[in-house]
Amino acid sequence: MNAAVTDTAPTRIALVGAPNCGKSTLFNGLTGGRAKVANYPGATVETRHGRFTTPAGRNVDLIDLPGFYGMSPRSLDERLALDTVLGKLDTAPELILALVDAATLRTHLQSVLQLRAIGAPMIVVLNMFDLATRDGLEIDIHRLEKELGLPVVTANATRKAGREALLAKLDAALGQKEFAMPPSGHFPAPEDVREHQVEARRIASAAITYEPPFNRATRAIDRVVLHPIAGPFILAALLFTMFQMVYTWSAGPVDMLDAGAGALGDFIAAHLPPGWLHDLLVDGVIAGVGSVIVFLPQIIILFTFILILEASGYMARAAFLMDEIMHRFGLNGRAFIPLLSSFACAIPGIMASRVIENDRDRLTTILIAPLMTCSARLPVYALIIGAFIPAEKVGLFNLQGLVLFALYITGIISAVLIAFIFKRTIAKARSQPLIMELPTYKLPNAKDFFISLWIRASAFLKRAGTVILTTSVILWFLAAYPASATSLKESYAGRLGSLLEPLLAPIGFNLEIAIALVPGMAAREVAVGALGTVYAVHGATENSSGLAETLQSAWSLPTALAFLAWYVFAPQCFATLATIRRETGSWKWAGFALGYLFALAYAAAGLTFWTSRAAGL
Amino acid sequence: MQLTDMKKGAVGRVTAISGADPLIEAKLREIGFAEDDPVELAHLGPLARTPICVRLNRTLIALRAEEACAIEVELDQ
Ligand SMILES: Nc1nc2c(ncn2[C@@H]2O[C@H](COP(=O)(O)OP(=O)(O)OP(=O)(O)O)[C@@H](O)[C@H]2O)c(=O)[nH]1
Ligand SMILES: [Mg+2]
Repeated sequence: MNAAVTDTAPTRIALVGAPNCGKSTLFNGLTGGRAKVANYPGATVETRHGRFTTPAGRNVDLIDLPGFYGMSPRSLDERLALDTVLGKLDTAPELILALVDAATLRTHLQSVLQLRAIGAPMIVVLNMFDLATRDGLEIDIHRLEKELGLPVVTANATRKAGREALLAKLDAALGQKEFAMPPSGHFPAPEDVREHQVEARRIASAAITYEPPFNRATRAIDRVVLHPIAGPFILAALLFTMFQMVYTWSAGPVDMLDAGAGALGDFIAAHLPPGWLHDLLVDGVIAGVGSVIVFLPQIIILFTFILILEASGYMARAAFLMDEIMHRFGLNGRAFIPLLSSFACAIPGIMASRVIENDRDRLTTILIAPLMTCSARLPVYALIIGAFIPAEKVGLFNLQGLVLFALYITGIISAVLIAFIFKRTIAKARSQPLIMELPTYKLPNAKDFFISLWIRASAFLKRAGTVILTTSVILWFLAAYPASATSLKESYAGRLGSLLEPLLAPIGFNLEIAIALVPGMAAREVAVGALGTVYAVHGATENSSGLAETLQSAWSLPTALAFLAWYVFAPQCFATLATIRRETGSWKWAGFALGYLFALAYAAAGLTFWTSRAAGL
Repeated sequence: MQLTDMKKGAVGRVTAISGADPLIEAKLREIGFAEDDPVELAHLGPLARTPICVRLNRTLIALRAEEACAIEVELDQ
């Protein structure tokens, strides 16, 4: 390795190409980064930088970009990508890695010609070459290089061995004093597309020596999955199964964690002398943090489903199936992908709405994204359902799973109705066109899957260890002091909660809930930790029975149901509101979301409380 | 005939891409529609024949009928 070369400033290299051709996969492979990889167009909506050193010791600053076709971008993510390539945002990249999915070279070579027309130095990378060879595609690389006047290399971004040829080519290019400049050098006008198409197809015909028909497996699967009758049915069944599994598969592990938290509490109780430290650890930390962490298995099962759906190629099909229904409610089928992503978390869901071209459609999608039941609600739902809904079988199905499914459906239906209203009032506009490429099905990559799952699970644990730990400790103090307090009402927390209680009493909420909702503004699952702490400090029982059992005796069924209804709507997450502000560019819309969601939450909880009371529950 | 008039499973060739909106035309071309390329109407949406899904060479493209009618095709014999 040449030490002299290592010291130089890194070369800026951008990954450019059509959506879903494997840019982020290559980025992760080269830099060890953790950019989102998914098998649908539009997974990346932001730029991301990463560093690596080539085998010859050259430093590279690699930029992962959103995918785009052509030179007339319309959506926010496409514009961001093109502006980065052209150097409108920052210094322009010194070299472009132009990625093409080798299997679709004939269709997508025209994008390379458009890019070449800009005149930036570039290397053409025929990615997913493993899949193309598997299908039997044969390409004459030397012929392609000659016709294009550019270096061309094949790659398999998912494997180390598949990236070696690319690295060698990169070193060769960086080693030259002057980068090889492509022939032309003006920004292509939209009219030039036609010309580029003709030229691209001529080159493709010359360079592709054998082209097999379209991927057989994808054709066979689509015949079922996109069937006009079976298709929607399969989509519904998939979502339904997902929520059933969240319950049926997690029961064992959740009980084990619950017992573990209880045992830890007992252990500390037995080995620490009674006193404030003992109380803080048992009633504050373990009751607070522990009551949230026990729901980790459910989070993991939910993410497993979402990640497999994203990696398989099914998401784009779901968008296709949903497009017409969404269209009738004033949304675009593309919006289905951000909305389904919001099942994991509303924040990436809101970010993903950048792929929607029309500003008003995008605004509507952003405003309803918080109604999709995110994974932070799962601990809240799981706690209440576990405590109040019997684990009976209803026919084939688990009743708890059914109730969970009903809560998700309520979120979705409300989102659709609200979108319908918004599109006719504050976000009036003609719906934008849907023109989207459907990827071939791929087997999820095990490494990508486990890394993504780990990122999600560790984020959940980290929140438990930071936000929830902090609020539990503070809340424990407020609930346990002044020392003279004999009931929750007399404690500091009780006095503060009493201010809110009159407002919440009409919808069936008690003092404990009022107290828990305040720290619960930080993030939804914090409320579970807060309830854990509040009930532990002033609980009737001194033993380590779980929070669920405590709630069973402390709450009436109408109160529990009202609490669930509240959480379908309540915008209790600062990070989401901050993201809405950033993505819409003003606090106005974040404030609007906060207002309308709280109003809905209050109305829904009240309605649920009074109807279930009237029904004699 | 227009792409939207094709029967499911029919195969043809693109003869023209035009339409009132030059932006739509550019977008259709950029994603891969081009004169003389083969097209197959592969799938129809579950409601009202829209969106449609067409196979272009080795890619699958979903689009709505409103945009698809800018594409003229000629059926293979
Ligand atoms: N078999 C195989 N799969 C690949 C290869 N490169 C990428 N993939 C898969 O292709 C899909 C898309 O990869 P991404 O890296 O997300 O594509 P992208 O270009 O970043 O997509 P956008 O961000 O949407 O523009 C993922 O499912 C990857 O696992 C490859 O070389 N071989
Ligand atoms: Mg990407």
